[in-house]
Amino acid sequence: MSWLLNLILILIATAVVAWVFRFLGQKFTHNKPFFRDMPFAVAFGYVAGLLVLIAAVSYYFRPVEVNGVPSAGVIFFRWAVQGFIGFAIAAYLFRLFGRAVGTAGTRKLFRAMPLTAAFGVLVILLYAIVSIFAGSIAPYGQEEIFANANIVPGGNPMMGGDPNFPLGTDQIGRDIYSRLIYGAQNTVGIAFATTCLAFFVGGSLGFLAAIVGGWLDQILSRAVDVLMAIPALIFALLLMTIASVWSNQLGVDRTIFMVLIIAMIDSTRVYRLSRAVGQNIVVMDYIEAAKLRGEGMGYLIFKEILPNATAPLLAEFGLRFCFVFLTIASLSFLGVGIQPPLADWGTMVKDLSQFINFAAFAPNVATAPLLAAGAIALLTVAVNFVVDWMLHKSSGLKD
Amino acid sequence: MTEQLLKIRGLKIEGKSDEVWIPIVNGIDLDLKKGEVLGLIGESGAGKSTVGLAAMGFTRDGCRISGGSVDFDGVDLVTASAAVKRNMLGKRIAYVAQSAAASFNPAHRLIDQHTEAPTQHKLRVKAESELDGMELYRRLRLPDPDYIGFRYPHQVSGGQLQRAMTAMAMSCRPDFIIFDEPTTALDVTTQIEVLAAIRDIVEQLDTAAIYITHDLAVVAQMADRIKVLLRGDEVEEAETRAMLSAPREDYTKSLWAVRSFQRPAKPAISAGATPIVSLKNVSAAYGKSPVLFDVAFDIHAGRTVAVVGESGSGKSTTARCITGLLPPSQGYIEFNGEVLPLDYRKRSKDQLRQVQMIYQMADTALNPRSSIGDIIGRPVQFYSGLTGSAKRKRVEELLAQIELEPGQYIDRLPSELSGGQKQRIGIARALAAEPQFVICDEVTSALDQLVAEGILKLLSQLQDDLGLSYMFITHDLATVRAISDDVVVMKDGRVVEQGLKAEMFQPPHHPYTDLLLSSVPEMDPDWLTNLLNGRGVDNIGDAAVGKM
Repeated sequence: MSWLLNLILILIATAVVAWVFRFLGQKFTHNKPFFRDMPFAVAFGYVAGLLVLIAAVSYYFRPVEVNGVPSAGVIFFRWAVQGFIGFAIAAYLFRLFGRAVGTAGTRKLFRAMPLTAAFGVLVILLYAIVSIFAGSIAPYGQEEIFANANIVPGGNPMMGGDPNFPLGTDQIGRDIYSRLIYGAQNTVGIAFATTCLAFFVGGSLGFLAAIVGGWLDQILSRAVDVLMAIPALIFALLLMTIASVWSNQLGVDRTIFMVLIIAMIDSTRVYRLSRAVGQNIVVMDYIEAAKLRGEGMGYLIFKEILPNATAPLLAEFGLRFCFVFLTIASLSFLGVGIQPPLADWGTMVKDLSQFINFAAFAPNVATAPLLAAGAIALLTVAVNFVVDWMLHKSSGLKD
Repeated sequence: MTEQLLKIRGLKIEGKSDEVWIPIVNGIDLDLKKGEVLGLIGESGAGKSTVGLAAMGFTRDGCRISGGSVDFDGVDLVTASAAVKRNMLGKRIAYVAQSAAASFNPAHRLIDQHTEAPTQHKLRVKAESELDGMELYRRLRLPDPDYIGFRYPHQVSGGQLQRAMTAMAMSCRPDFIIFDEPTTALDVTTQIEVLAAIRDIVEQLDTAAIYITHDLAVVAQMADRIKVLLRGDEVEEAETRAMLSAPREDYTKSLWAVRSFQRPAKPAISAGATPIVSLKNVSAAYGKSPVLFDVAFDIHAGRTVAVVGESGSGKSTTARCITGLLPPSQGYIEFNGEVLPLDYRKRSKDQLRQVQMIYQMADTALNPRSSIGDIIGRPVQFYSGLTGSAKRKRVEELLAQIELEPGQYIDRLPSELSGGQKQRIGIARALAAEPQFVICDEVTSALDQLVAEGILKLLSQLQDDLGLSYMFITHDLATVRAISDDVVVMKDGRVVEQGLKAEMFQPPHHPYTDLLLSSVPEMDPDWLTNLLNGRGVDNIGDAAVGKM
């Protein structure tokens, strides 16, 4: 129970320091409103935040090796912090660049952009470039097998690496660096296509239901309810099992079935959103005016409703993209997604997952599966940052 | 006895827009003695509400007080600490917002929200303040005062809610209340009840108040002194009577003169002429609940028919029947002697073109993502098939017709226009179809009086130039007086009375018309008192119903 006692002592000490901090602040600034109106909880927050910062810094500077045994926690923490700072600097420079170059419109966009959004845009741009030019960036092919399997990342021969394969090779000797790059192309490209399809189907049906209403709305909405009632991943697995039979019979690539299945499952969520957004828009007088003018359904959807629904739909697009992306990675991890030998991040994590157990004593070895997982995480975080920014912007525009 | 309560000196407020601080209020002085009511008037954007909130030492998000002092009973609220202000607000200073429906928490009963302030400030225990709440409800002439507090906000009417909010502001017996347009969203007949209730309780409890409104006639009833604001500057300030009889500044005079606009009377309808629109015993229902009963009236070419009545009387539903959005359950509509199909989907393009609508809220009537050129250009292209430069030329003509500089406005978005300009675009869109008949649904009620007058003049001018017929839906009798030729009075989905304007404003009236006419505030400061004496002071709400 001593840790509980420690925790209580730390909390009490923090509270005392917080009180003193606020009291001294009031004394020395002669009751500036900042300190005068500061609630105790806020003062506590400042002090606690400072404590966490101190703890983090001291952990960062702990030795990497103790008696020849590497302490994995410190190493991974250093990498995380270095990555974080590196990306922050990159995002800052990217934003500076955006502010200085381009048209007046893009400059204005960059001026109002928070650093997180700049980071997100930068990462998404990087991924886009990598996936488009994968063929010329990657040093080897994604299916190329080399004699040396399981080379440790890092490129240091002393630790089982090889300078020719900076990120090592996998269990059958394929270059991980090349497969990561091709993985961007496969995973991100397929996720993007799937999301677009989901949005096209779900969006148009949702707007249609919002405009027409009545029985069409009822039929579509109840059908969507039924589809949404089935857990998405299990449903996808079930359908993929059926699809694998069909793909053999029809000779169609199983990946196409996967795209269709995930698009269908995700279009239900898009349908719900676009129907809700659309219903708020169709009650507007300008829609009534357009209806009374005698406008057709296509004009109503694409000229009157869609431009006003762009902000929430774009935000949803970002989120949906992440989910689709993760679903594809999960399916691949489970073995029914993107099929080998195509490189895919989900499959890469699965194939190398047993190395994660080495993390405690050989951090370099454990890095191999984490690279693909990190690539997934980074893109997801980046997209979410951009989506947050867009949501913020669109809600601000309404005022 | 008349000691100073509130003293505002050189108050400057700035608002943040695109990362730049822009002045909203530029140095206002304001004095308020105990028990005195000050009326604050001006158009929207004049900074009335901002000054009202600043009198509590409060600014909206994105605004800041950049200079001056707000001295309330010896405490400067601008520099006071949060703790001091917290102890002051609700207890000594209270605020009544424009929309009571949006300001009450819909999840709690009225009385629970009423008792919150006194119990928080430890003035009374809950049971005690509940009793006090009932007493206040009684004084504010709410029906069933002992039990109404146990209802939820959605279970009482708008006027009652506004009075409950006034009672809530009174719960701590504050020295000073800010009323921010408390009756603007109410019907004239309801407005009277609220006005009388507020005035009485302010007098009885000797409370000082700032009464913010854009309606001069209302402020004339309520205030001892009036201060006129224009774009964050004070124009003038004087005692109510002095201000009404002899305004000094030109701007004030122009405000006063707004209600004088009246278009010349038109010649009588020649007998036997076919009306342009004729409603033949129209009944309509929303689902199973009937809303219109046997509505029948004619609109003749080149004339304006005003349809008046309080909200819920079926004015807008009548318009929806004419446009075909709500097909009547019985009866039909004739246009130039021809029967119109009931549903708009069955009407021909030409029939749709002939009937156009202008909406109350220009904000929701214009697609915020379309440029002005597109908004007006679409009907031009749709009906006349013009494209390219011919279309642009026609749009420019239309813009010139509504008195907006074409080159300057054609590429703007609706959000870059003022309220009055947006309403003009709405008019231009209707004109673009080259209709014979235009339905104007409360087109001026969301606008300031000066701007509204401009719109009325424009509509009147367009009628002379193009020979349009208007159906003018409104609840504002001043507007009726200004623009209409014929009047139709509606109540509960029925036509109560109809006739020429000249006849309608002369007695004898139908009792409801009488009630409606007498409820329109006049500029005379004694009007409310006289009216209440005439109707019987005890319960005007009941008196109104009794007269029916």
